[in-house]
Amino acid sequence: MAVVQDVHGHGHDDHHPTGIMRWVCTTNHKDIGTMYLWFSFAMFLVGGFLAMGIRAELFMPGIQILEPELFNSFTTLHGLIMVFGAIMPAFVGLANWQVPMMIGAPDMAFARMNNWSFWILPVAASLLVSSFFVPGGAAAGGWTFYPPLSTQGGMGVDMMIFAVHLLGASSIMGAINIITTILNMRAPGMTLMKMPMFVWTWLITAYLLVLVMPVLAGTVTMLLTDRNFGTSFFNAAGGGDPILFQHIFWFFGHPEVYIMILPAFGVVSEIIPTFSRKPLFGYSSMVYATASIAILSCVVWAHHMFTVGMPTVGQLFFMYATMLIAVPTGVKVFNWTATMWRGSMTFEVPMLFSIGFIFLFVIGGFSGVVCAIVPIDIQVQETYYVIAHFHYVLVSGALFAIFGAVYYWLPKWSGRMYDEKLGKWHFWLCMFFFNLTFFVQHFLGLAGMPRRVPDYALQFADFNMVSSIGGFGFGLTQLLFLYIVIKCIRSGEKAASKPWDGGTTLEWTLLLLHHIIALKHLQSLSNSVREVWIHRAIKLKK
Amino acid sequence: MYNVSKINIAMLRKLLIFSVVMFAFGYALVPFYEKFCEVAGINNLLKPDVADKDIKVDTTRLVMIQLDSNVRGLPWQFKALQPNIKIHPGESIEVMYEIRNNSDQETSGQAIPSYSPRVLEKYLKKFECFCFTKQVLKPGEIRQMPVKFVIDSQIPADITTMTISYTFFSLGAVN
Repeated sequence: MAVVQDVHGHGHDDHHPTGIMRWVCTTNHKDIGTMYLWFSFAMFLVGGFLAMGIRAELFMPGIQILEPELFNSFTTLHGLIMVFGAIMPAFVGLANWQVPMMIGAPDMAFARMNNWSFWILPVAASLLVSSFFVPGGAAAGGWTFYPPLSTQGGMGVDMMIFAVHLLGASSIMGAINIITTILNMRAPGMTLMKMPMFVWTWLITAYLLVLVMPVLAGTVTMLLTDRNFGTSFFNAAGGGDPILFQHIFWFFGHPEVYIMILPAFGVVSEIIPTFSRKPLFGYSSMVYATASIAILSCVVWAHHMFTVGMPTVGQLFFMYATMLIAVPTGVKVFNWTATMWRGSMTFEVPMLFSIGFIFLFVIGGFSGVVCAIVPIDIQVQETYYVIAHFHYVLVSGALFAIFGAVYYWLPKWSGRMYDEKLGKWHFWLCMFFFNLTFFVQHFLGLAGMPRRVPDYALQFADFNMVSSIGGFGFGLTQLLFLYIVIKCIRSGEKAASKPWDGGTTLEWTLLLLHHIIALKHLQSLSNSVREVWIHRAIKLKK
Repeated sequence: MYNVSKINIAMLRKLLIFSVVMFAFGYALVPFYEKFCEVAGINNLLKPDVADKDIKVDTTRLVMIQLDSNVRGLPWQFKALQPNIKIHPGESIEVMYEIRNNSDQETSGQAIPSYSPRVLEKYLKKFECFCFTKQVLKPGEIRQMPVKFVIDSQIPADITTMTISYTFFSLGAVN
C-alpha cells in the first residue's frame, strides 16, 4: 500500500506508529490522500464487479445468471458504490494530496478530522457490501432509493440508509477541512484569483457539499423514521407523499452530479495548460463559470422528475434553467480548446485522458441538453438513453479525469514515472471499450428499452450483446491500470522533480517551500520570522 | 502549532453550524412543499372539488362504477353498501361506505383512494369524501361515510366500467 516514499514526518509526534497503525493513526494529508485513492480504487473494482454482473445478465435476452431481485440489488449497489464509494472519495483523495501542495499549506487544516473522515468510509463500504448477505438481500429500489420501494424492503435497506449517513458525514467533514484549508492556509501572496483551477473547483465543490449533503442526511433520516418509527413523511398510507421524497432527494442529487464533475473540470484545467505549454485561457471566466454552474445546479433538480405530474409552468422553468447550464459549461469547453490552440502540444497519457474527457464529456453534455427538453425527456425517462447520458458524463467525464490526474501526479506522489507505453494502451482501450459499451445504449434507449430490468425484448438483443462485450473489455482494461500503477510505484524510473516541463503550479515548483514549512524547528520560530522564510522560499521558486 | 489554528477553529464552527442548518432545511422542505402545493393549487387532496355548472348529464350512456374497499393492518371491516352502481355520466351521485371496528380496542386509520382506469382521475369530481381523514373507532363502533361525486360527461366513450377503490391503513392504536 505504500505509495508514498517521500513521507516527510510530521514532526508533532515523537513516537511514530509503525506497521498498520502507521496508516490507521496517520494525520499526514499525503498518507490520507493515498488511502482515499486506494479505497476508491477498491470500491471501483467492487462496483465494477457488479457492473459485470449486470452486463453478463443483459448479454442475452431471458434470465440466465441473476434472479430479478438480485439483479435489482446489483444495479442499486452499483450506482451507490460508484457514486459514493469510488468517484467522490477519489476526488477527496486528489484534494488531500494536491490542495495543500498547490496553495503552499503544510497540511490540511484539521489533520485529525481528516483521519476520521477517511476511516468512516471503510465502515460504510462494508455495510453496503455485507447487506448482500442479510435476509432479504441488499437494497433493490435503485440508487435513488425512491419510496415506496425504499420504505418497504428488508434489513438491507436500513444498512444502506446507515451507510449513506456515514458517507454523508465523511463528505461533510472532508468538505469543511478543504474549505478551511483553502481559505485560511494559503501561502502569502497566493490570492484567491491566483489559485490553481483545481483548487478553485474544489473550493466550490466543497461549498456544494456542505450545502446539500446535510439535506441528503435529512432525507435518509426521514426514510429511516418512516421505516422504523412510524412517521409518515413519504408513506402515502399515513398521509405522506412519495413525490416529496423525489423533490428533496434531487435537491441534493443534482448538485451532487456537479460535485462529481467540478473537480474533474479542475483536473483537466491543470493538465491541458501543462501539455499545451500555455497558460490556461480565460482563467477568471473559468472561475466564474464554475461558480455559476454550482449556483445553477441548485435550481434545476426537478428535471429528474418531469413525469411525476407537475404543472407545465414548472416543467418549463426547470427545462430553461437546465439548458442555461450549457452556457457556462460551453465557456469551459471553449477555454480548454482555446488553451490548446497554437500551443506546443504533446500527448502524454494525462493529456490523452483530458482530450478524451473533453470529447466524450461534450457528447454527454449534448445528450443532457436533449434530456432537458420536456417532451423528449418524457419519452426517454427511465430508458437506456438516460443511462448512456450519465455514463458519458460520469465515466468518460469524472472517471477519465481521475485517471488523467493519477497519471499526471503519480510522478509527484511516488517519485517514479509510470510506463508511458502501457499508459497509452490503457487510454486507447478505455476509449474503445467505453464507447462500445455506452454509445449503443443511446440507440437502445431511443428504441424504448427500460433501465433496471433484467430481461428485454428480442429486438434489443444485438445492441445489448455489443454493449456487454464493451463492458467486459472496459472492466478488464482497469486491471491493466492497476498493473501500471503498481509497476510505477515498485519499479518505475526515477522521476525528475519536475517531470512535465509545462507544469507551473506550486506542487512542481515549490518543493523547497513545502519542505521548509514541514521542518519541525520552524514551528518554534516566531510568526514574523516564519513569514520571512516563506517569502524567501517563494522568491526562490520564481 | 500554526498561528492559523484559531481562525481555523472559528471557520470549523461556522461551517458546522451551516451544515446543521442545512440538515434542518431538509426537514423544513416538508412543510414548505405542502404550503407551496396548497398555494399553487397542486396536488390538493383535501380540498373538495367544486361542482361545475356546465356539466351536462349524458343520458344516452350508462357507465358501471365498481366500489372497492380494502383494509391493511387494521382489525376493521370495511365495505361499500352497494358493490357497484350504474349511472349516467354527469349525474351527481352519493354512495355509502361502512367501517366497523371488530376489536376491543380503540384504533385509528385513514383511507387512501385509488382509481382505475388511470384517466378517471381527470374526470372524477368529488364533493365529499372521507379519504385522507383520520377516523377513530371505539371498540365495536360502526360508522357510515358518504362519498359524493360526479363523473364528467366528457369522459371518453370507450370507458364503460371504472373502479373507485379505498384502502384503510392503520394510524396506530389510540391510547
